[in-house]
Amino acid sequence: MSNQRNVEIVTRPHVENFIEWSADKPEVLVLSADLTNSCEVGKWRDTYPDRFFSMGMAEQNMVSFAAGLAREGFEPWLHTFAVFLYRRPLDQLQMSVAYPNLKVRLVGFLPGITTPGGVTHQAIDDVAVMRAIPNMTILETGDATEVESVLDVAHEIDGPVYIRMLRGEVPRLFPEPMQFNTARVLAVAGASLEDPADLVVLTSGIETEEALRAVPALQDAGVGITHLHVSTLKPFTDPTVLTALRSARSGVITMENHLVTGGLGSAVAEVMAESGIGTPLHRIGLHDTYAHGASQAYLLREYDLDAMSLVQAAGQLLGRTFDIDAADLAPVRIAATHSSAKVEAL
Amino acid sequence: MQLVGRPITLYSEAMAPSPSPDPADIASGIRRRVLAHVLANNGGYLSQACSSAELLAALYGQVLRLAPTDGALHPPAFEAVPGPDSPRVSGGIFHGEPGPELDRLIVSPAHYALVVYAALIEAGRLDEAALDQFNKDGSTVEMIGAEHSPGFETTTGSLAQALSTAGGIALGRRLKGESGRTFVFMSDGEFQEGQTWEAVQALAYYGLDSVRVVVDVNRAQCDGPMDSVMTIEPLTTKLKAFGASAESVDGHDIASLSRALERPTGKPHFVLAYTDPVRGVPLMNKRRPVLHYLRFTGPEERKEYEDFYAQMLLNGSEVVR
Repeated sequence: MSNQRNVEIVTRPHVENFIEWSADKPEVLVLSADLTNSCEVGKWRDTYPDRFFSMGMAEQNMVSFAAGLAREGFEPWLHTFAVFLYRRPLDQLQMSVAYPNLKVRLVGFLPGITTPGGVTHQAIDDVAVMRAIPNMTILETGDATEVESVLDVAHEIDGPVYIRMLRGEVPRLFPEPMQFNTARVLAVAGASLEDPADLVVLTSGIETEEALRAVPALQDAGVGITHLHVSTLKPFTDPTVLTALRSARSGVITMENHLVTGGLGSAVAEVMAESGIGTPLHRIGLHDTYAHGASQAYLLREYDLDAMSLVQAAGQLLGRTFDIDAADLAPVRIAATHSSAKVEAL
Repeated sequence: MQLVGRPITLYSEAMAPSPSPDPADIASGIRRRVLAHVLANNGGYLSQACSSAELLAALYGQVLRLAPTDGALHPPAFEAVPGPDSPRVSGGIFHGEPGPELDRLIVSPAHYALVVYAALIEAGRLDEAALDQFNKDGSTVEMIGAEHSPGFETTTGSLAQALSTAGGIALGRRLKGESGRTFVFMSDGEFQEGQTWEAVQALAYYGLDSVRVVVDVNRAQCDGPMDSVMTIEPLTTKLKAFGASAESVDGHDIASLSRALERPTGKPHFVLAYTDPVRGVPLMNKRRPVLHYLRFTGPEERKEYEDFYAQMLLNGSEVVR
């Protein structure tokens, strides 16, 4: 398979899409905590000034306030950085929003190491925390199509939803919209998902793009790979995932832009254990560490979250050494630091 | 849509509630019922009843415009917590059917639950047998009220979240063109929480003058007298500096409380009801400084309270005043 890809890059897909999507939904409100442009809703604010509420740098109040609006039949969409939605106001999130199962949408930007903002801005434990909250649904976006279609998925859910959102320059990897609790099958080792696979790879968020860089090289090396992209992290009951896990012969690999504790890797481990799937599991992600401020490409390398990490994990599970180096992988896509991608912006 | 500064329709005679029990009778009934309950259960939140009896009496007996209930309702048994397959059950049903021009009451200090239940009974909205289910397994008449508990719309046992939620409710009601007011009952300890001040600044910023807050300033908290834990004064000055209106009143003077709560100020309004946590049950002076929860030290103390209760029944409300 060729390592040349022509990936369409979409600049700030949320901006216009969210405006258009909100037009016929008067119940949709936006609450922001002084990160309006940083969360790509500045134009939304100017388009719907009566439905936009600036809450200041006061996230505890914002979360409980949103609960009151939801109780009155509105659907507040909170836009801020992910870290400020679950670390600082966790009690408010649990007691004001999650316990009463209110339709509050928490749009969390800068998931994991997608920001050079350093430890204070990097949400590396958000999925773990949110998975421990009853009534919460967790969705993660991995491309521009998902940034657009996650709105419909969240809108349909009668309860709180947390979204790991991407901003800036986002690749368009998928033609079809996100479906709730339905993994995308990106590669199948055999003729069908049930057929045995040497390795089953499950990825989420930006890690899917990394996996897509490495999978063709592994396939060229003769490895039978089944690859699924997961966008619903809670609930984690997708039968497609279970079917794929059962097909694994030599191992399962998860890749997540998050700690390996409590996120995708943990969810997969639980399903495997509960279903009696005894294959080794290799979790790619942050291992009991915080990260620091640097570029996404650097951090992916530094913390072994990149495409080459998948090659190495595959080698370990299969007991093979692959003659694959960086040049054999699909090229890295790097957004310029000072560009419309706004990677520098806090 | 102009949101800031939109005038809110305040109280008018045409909207006057149907005749309620005399507020003074509600207040003395609250103390009597809570003391009886404390005796029957060998403990309870008595000082909260002593401090807030008139405050809840003013709300339920005079100020709040609520739809009537179909008599004194029986509390539903606990079925399930809210979730995808179990819709929320609201203790707001004891406040009658909500309406655009009617008031709402959000109770913030959920450990006042027993006092709220007693007030609802005295207001004829809750079956008095409900207190038999207090803190019993499978009951919604919980010790720390949750949103299925009589009189509660929100789950506020983790203090200082209700004011923010009430702000969201008031803003939502304004967006829907509703003229009813949103009252919040708070305890003074909640002004130690940062979220309270975040909420006040947001209420002021959005000019939510339909929010009327009454605070039981009893200056007592779990560890003891408030000034030995963390001072919150000068509360009136602080609230005004945050953009709200605020006034302090004698929290045992029902007429003053009602006047203050009805006063249109064009701002979110805080009525600081300064109260005495042993009012009506002076026996509790012996327990100072820690008044938060009464648990009898032994049969002797229990006997003193039993005798006091007997006297209370003989003298009616006189003892309370």
